[in-house]
Amino acid sequence: MVMSVTSVYPQLEMLLPQVGKPIQYVGGELGAVVKDWDGATVRWALMYPDAYEVGVPNQGVQILYEVINERDDALAERTYAVWPDLEALMREHSVPQFTVDAHRPVGAFDVFGVSFATEMGYTNLLTALDLAGIPLSAADRDESHPIVVAGGHAAFNPEPIAEFIDCAVLGDGEEAVGEITDIVRDWKNEGRPGGRRELLLRLARTESIYVPRFYDVDYLPDGRIQRVVPNQSGVPFRVHKRTTMDLDAWPYPKKPLVPLAESVHERYAVEIFRGCTRGCRFCQAGMITRPVRERSIDTIGRMVQEGIEKSGFDEVGLLSLSSADHSEIADICSGLADRYDGDNVSLSLPSTRVDAFNVDLANELSRNGRRSGLTFAPEGGSERIRRVINKMVSEEDLIRTVVTAYGNGWRQVKLYFMCGLPTETDEDVVGIARMAHEVIKAGRQAAGNRDIRCTVSIGGFVPKPHTPFQWCGQTDPETVDRRLKLLKEAINSDRSLGRAIGFRYHDGRPSLIEGLLSRGDRRVAAVIRRVWQEGGRFDGWSEHFSYERWEAAAETELTAQGVSLDWYTTRERDEREVLPWDHLDSGLDKDWLWADWQDALSEVEQDDCRWTPCFDCGVCPAMDTEIQIGPTGRKLLPLAVAGPAGERAPHSHQGHGRTDAATATAIGDHR
Amino acid sequence: MSPRPQPEAQAPVVQRIRIRYTKRGPLRFTSHRDFARALERALRRADVPIAYSSGFHPHPRVSYLSAAPTGVASEAEYAELALRDTADPVGIGAALDRALPPGLDIGEAVTAHTGGFADRLEASSWRVELGGVTPDRLAAAVETFLAHDEVLVTRLTKKGNRRFDARAAVVSAASTPVAGVDEPAYAILDLVVRQVTPAVRPDDVLSGLSLVADLELPVPPRVTRLAQGPLAASGDITDPLEADRRAPADRH
Repeated sequence: MVMSVTSVYPQLEMLLPQVGKPIQYVGGELGAVVKDWDGATVRWALMYPDAYEVGVPNQGVQILYEVINERDDALAERTYAVWPDLEALMREHSVPQFTVDAHRPVGAFDVFGVSFATEMGYTNLLTALDLAGIPLSAADRDESHPIVVAGGHAAFNPEPIAEFIDCAVLGDGEEAVGEITDIVRDWKNEGRPGGRRELLLRLARTESIYVPRFYDVDYLPDGRIQRVVPNQSGVPFRVHKRTTMDLDAWPYPKKPLVPLAESVHERYAVEIFRGCTRGCRFCQAGMITRPVRERSIDTIGRMVQEGIEKSGFDEVGLLSLSSADHSEIADICSGLADRYDGDNVSLSLPSTRVDAFNVDLANELSRNGRRSGLTFAPEGGSERIRRVINKMVSEEDLIRTVVTAYGNGWRQVKLYFMCGLPTETDEDVVGIARMAHEVIKAGRQAAGNRDIRCTVSIGGFVPKPHTPFQWCGQTDPETVDRRLKLLKEAINSDRSLGRAIGFRYHDGRPSLIEGLLSRGDRRVAAVIRRVWQEGGRFDGWSEHFSYERWEAAAETELTAQGVSLDWYTTRERDEREVLPWDHLDSGLDKDWLWADWQDALSEVEQDDCRWTPCFDCGVCPAMDTEIQIGPTGRKLLPLAVAGPAGERAPHSHQGHGRTDAATATAIGDHR
Repeated sequence: MSPRPQPEAQAPVVQRIRIRYTKRGPLRFTSHRDFARALERALRRADVPIAYSSGFHPHPRVSYLSAAPTGVASEAEYAELALRDTADPVGIGAALDRALPPGLDIGEAVTAHTGGFADRLEASSWRVELGGVTPDRLAAAVETFLAHDEVLVTRLTKKGNRRFDARAAVVSAASTPVAGVDEPAYAILDLVVRQVTPAVRPDDVLSGLSLVADLELPVPPRVTRLAQGPLAASGDITDPLEADRRAPADRH
């Protein structure tokens, strides 16, 4: 029998008056669940390794939290990264890392699941482990410690944190958490035979849970990997990603979490499809989430209705990697706009497609409302570089699209680009200025006045595993910064046009560290540990990130191992090199990825298999999955007919006479 | 030509409801903005016919009055809701209470029949629990504090350090005996403080006690606002909703 676990809230409460935004540590969200500790066999602590305000709206954690808590034999609670002010007090007063639900110590749970949307959360993992009293190295843990599981997109190459985690799950989590729960439950019920090692072996034998300790990595004298091989019988050579098929069968989140504290996304979000086959070669999300699986229009309508009723949110986000691509997006948008007309509910559609249809959708969602900003993502400043990255947008497309937008009353257009792309030249980047100038010229004409603006927003490109660019050399920060300076000068070379153009960018150095963590191997763990020991926290926040700290730690820890920061980032790999994630199977055929990389270098484009025949990326046959898209031909009916929305009001006030409030829209950012 | 959509007009206000609400337990850490967001979502969930402001970004029409600081519990916070349809205030209060998380509770809801509500919130009474301080020690410190005509304290605000008098606004201050305990591990400070500008808060009075009487606090104090309202000649605080409750037009 495990002793029951008590709340650390009384100790924590004494510290809260001394820290910033204490409400973020209190819990009590609408939709939160606190289950009886002793009534559950398998207890999960789920972490999003960033501040509460960023972590609490995260869809992945909300979905898994709900799926686990629906089981009778399990419970799940949530924990987030604590800010340095509270961390210092917790250390001083010996308060451990806690969950916000019942304020139970994370170290008391059976499984500690951490969702990594980005690699920049790795140092926050170490803080949480340390505060929880869990040894940083998995090798030092015993049966009293939770199994530490990594998930999220970064888990497709967990090698840099392999030392710190017990296992990693690749791909969709809905079914994986169920399988892990079953395995842990059976092992506990059997009296924990074989201890922690046996449990990890059972997890590894599923062939979809990666347990790093059961794989040995050998290196060549020049620093490259020689091979990665299992050191246990029964452990697969390759671990396969998970794919949840039929999203209509998984309509989560059903009970959205509504925090008291302010968070970065104050809305009910419904994922309208998962996966993307546009084939943008820089986009890891598009590559590792294949194939496309749509949620049907009826399920989306029902989730939005129930989500608003249960949460009280006044904004709904229709999320996916490219929401305008849903086969029935026009009916979804007009149906929802009809349903919530006059309800002061705003609808947003994160889509950056450069075409008039995208503007039509935005118009529909903002029927009576303010038309402030629209976002498009041409990503590259020349036709040539757009062929390299497979972003099939011509300059005429862009001008036609912005003319439609400005002509329809939109005042502001935001354009996303990247800098540091493979084969990129100064001309490719400076070309962005010419595009922006043309946008303003065409826009002033279409709008009939000069009251329009365009913002150019630039992100630094980071090569990611499981993409055709996984072999490329990352552009060094000096080159990126120099090109951005040239671009800024070019934008302002025409004062009249430049005045209407905003320019937003970040310096290139954080991207280099993200590059190290993205394509690193197990030797990078020492760098992460040193940065953390020297105070590295919240590396995704520019005010906390220190390039100098990472650079110095890389110098100290990598030189002795015969490699370097540059070796991991700016070095181009060849076809035969064993990549640190080759034993992790995203379904993409490595030969296809290489061929697509060669096509990129030859400036050859690749169609979208959603609309054109299969191009054999390998995912569907390898994973036994298929594209699931509509159209269903069904429509969203008005709510008065479709559901009992009016019946739940506990008091009477019929005849609302609600009139037509503005339905604001943000066709917004997906980054 | 470019069409520029205009915001459509919102329904007019036909009724105002004044509510008293609490911030209890862990939810005392909600800031004023946190509470406003929670209330606005509760209004939607409870289907309250709240009126909206005009413009491109319509907001629910709610007025908040002198909110207690973040971290301070309260039994007596007030807000006023503007409705676009008439409704029974008791029903609205009950529905809102169900839609708000436990700890943010609706104490009372009455229809507004009078003006000058904000002016009626003349003073607050605060209960301050001071762990690790003996009642005798506190009583001595309070005596010293009250003997001063002026106690200048400094508070760090968003605009930098601000220096002001924490004494004049204090109507009464007393070290209240902890009932039924022989040797209490804490002392209770009961304060009645006038609403002034800049606001004098309990922590300002504590700064004053530290300044003039060296009162040290081994642990952070627990503060609760017990009441807000008109200040009677006796020095007591009376119910600010009384005038609305008595008004003949209100049959609820």
